[in-house]
Amino acid sequence: MNRKASILILALAALHLALLFTGFLAPSDPIAQDRDLPYAPPTRLHFRDTSGWHLRPFVYALQPGPDAYTEDRSQSFPVRLMVRGNKYKLLGLVPLDWHLFGVDQPGKIAVLGTDEFGRDEFSRVLYGGQISVAAGILATLVALTAGATFGVVAGYYGWIVDESLMGAMELFLCLPWLYFLLGVRAFLPLHLSAIRTFFLLTAVIGLIGWARPARLVRGIVLTARTRNYVLAAKGFGGSDFYLMRRHILPEVRSVLVAQAALLVPRYIAAEVTLSFFGLGVNEPTASWGNMLSVLQRYSVLVSYQWLLAPAVALVITSVIYGLLADALLSRLKFQST
Amino acid sequence: MKYLALRLIRAVLLLLGVSVLCFLFTEMAPGSFFDEMRLNPQVSPDTIASLRSRYGLDQPLVVRYGRWVRSAVRADFGYSIAYNSPVAPLLWTRAKNTLLLNTAAMVLTWLISVPLGVWIATLRRSAWDRAIDGLNSILISLPEIVVAVAVLAIVVRWRVLPVGGMSSVDLDALSHWARAREIATRMLLPVMILTLVEGGIIVRHVRAAVLEILDAPFVQASRALGISNVRLMLRHVLPVAANPIISLFGLSLAGLLSGSLLIEAICGWPGLGPLILDATLARDLYLVIGGIMLSTLFMLGGNLIADAMLLACDPRIRTGRANES
Repeated sequence: MNRKASILILALAALHLALLFTGFLAPSDPIAQDRDLPYAPPTRLHFRDTSGWHLRPFVYALQPGPDAYTEDRSQSFPVRLMVRGNKYKLLGLVPLDWHLFGVDQPGKIAVLGTDEFGRDEFSRVLYGGQISVAAGILATLVALTAGATFGVVAGYYGWIVDESLMGAMELFLCLPWLYFLLGVRAFLPLHLSAIRTFFLLTAVIGLIGWARPARLVRGIVLTARTRNYVLAAKGFGGSDFYLMRRHILPEVRSVLVAQAALLVPRYIAAEVTLSFFGLGVNEPTASWGNMLSVLQRYSVLVSYQWLLAPAVALVITSVIYGLLADALLSRLKFQST
Repeated sequence: MKYLALRLIRAVLLLLGVSVLCFLFTEMAPGSFFDEMRLNPQVSPDTIASLRSRYGLDQPLVVRYGRWVRSAVRADFGYSIAYNSPVAPLLWTRAKNTLLLNTAAMVLTWLISVPLGVWIATLRRSAWDRAIDGLNSILISLPEIVVAVAVLAIVVRWRVLPVGGMSSVDLDALSHWARAREIATRMLLPVMILTLVEGGIIVRHVRAAVLEILDAPFVQASRALGISNVRLMLRHVLPVAANPIISLFGLSLAGLLSGSLLIEAICGWPGLGPLILDATLARDLYLVIGGIMLSTLFMLGGNLIADAMLLACDPRIRTGRANES
């Protein structure tokens, strides 16, 4: 079990590192369009030409043909590691123009093909992942912070505070959350800058979700409150705040971690869903949701399968998080029995 | 009975909370009819004030809330700007389609999931059990939107099912049977996706509930007495394991109106989902609020029915010792 969990955690770490270093890993600018190459299929890597085999793979430029792209075999572009390309800021701080891989200038490499504006799908999956996953994580932080605060307060003070907070929790739990999310979204202006939409969305998604963690936390606090060491600390004159921080929150921590693993993929999916319907992060900023929304046209869905790449990325992320949440939850159950 | 009464009071309180929330939503809706009038220099502020008092907008919040509730009870949720018609009939026609879709999906899901869950539980932690459970946890962690898009991609690519909408021909021109068949074939795709999305969770819970009971001493005793496996399951294990399953059933019921928004929109099913989605995009606020209220009402109703069923099936709740087992 531990082994499985650590493998999952390693995979998650790799995923998030890749998203952190997106600028370096992505060969091109995610919003740079190339109107000559819409819906280009994934670039093929070649190892052999007329002069024989090569150790270093190379690509050919694509030419729009009558019904499909053809490769222009007259000139080849070897794939190089550590090439200079478009400028970006590593971790949002260090201006750089080094990329992990790429080809020499007039050549182009699109590992996962291009979208309708000829933008590199691979770069967009990475940059879009930054937005979607960050939205999921931030919204989870909001939900867990609010949930833990209200849960601890409700469980610790009891009586009327508890009753009223529990009522509010139940109210939020029985709201159909996607409808509610749409309702809240209807009040916000439709067109906002990408950054503002991003923060508003994460706040809304997170605030709608506070009830479930709050209820869990409350349950734990109810039992923790009567433990002898808590009562002892109280007897020695510990303030409410001190007791909550020092003795009660640590008991809640493992539950919160498991909840986080459960909520992050759910909130990523929430952002993806909203952006999919054009209610979230808008073009040209990439997010997995708005990248998938071209698939609402059946013709695109049938003809350009590589545009399913963000869905695959979303599946990988969700499955890793989901399995980790399973492992953490079963461990919690094991500990409590 | 006392238990049910308490739950009923609770539900009414929740309904009250929801209505306050929805009312506040309505109140917060930016812009009013008089905003435009105020810009018109030919309309004096006095006229606007008298109009406001005629429509009761100068009353305190509580009075306005009372009036709002009175009209909401009569299913008057306001006026849709985009459709230029009252909200309630719009919602009802769409809600019927959603209910049809979700009821079909729910029946299918439960008919498949419960036997499957019981069967997996009887495998008792063998390699098969573990393999199926592993697959199931992957299925559960797949986001709804991905399942929908993936199934749609497969169906569209191989043209195995008709896609989009509820029918391709004029329904009124068809006989009853032909109409039913047309709708059923169109419904197949969204029902399939819904079953995939919902089924995994139900299978997992049924399996867990049954597994727990299978370890109980009374099961071993019945086995020792030579009861057949089928009878053991149906007569002795399932009733005891029913509690969490019924709660889950209540959740299914509660989601009858709101569970399929995404899938309706993706499959083009003319239900409540696409209506509310379009209304959100068109900022048709009263329609959105009406949709939220209707689906929340269903949520509350579903939860209440689940409570009643729990009460009927589980003697531990009747005697007020629900959490002792």
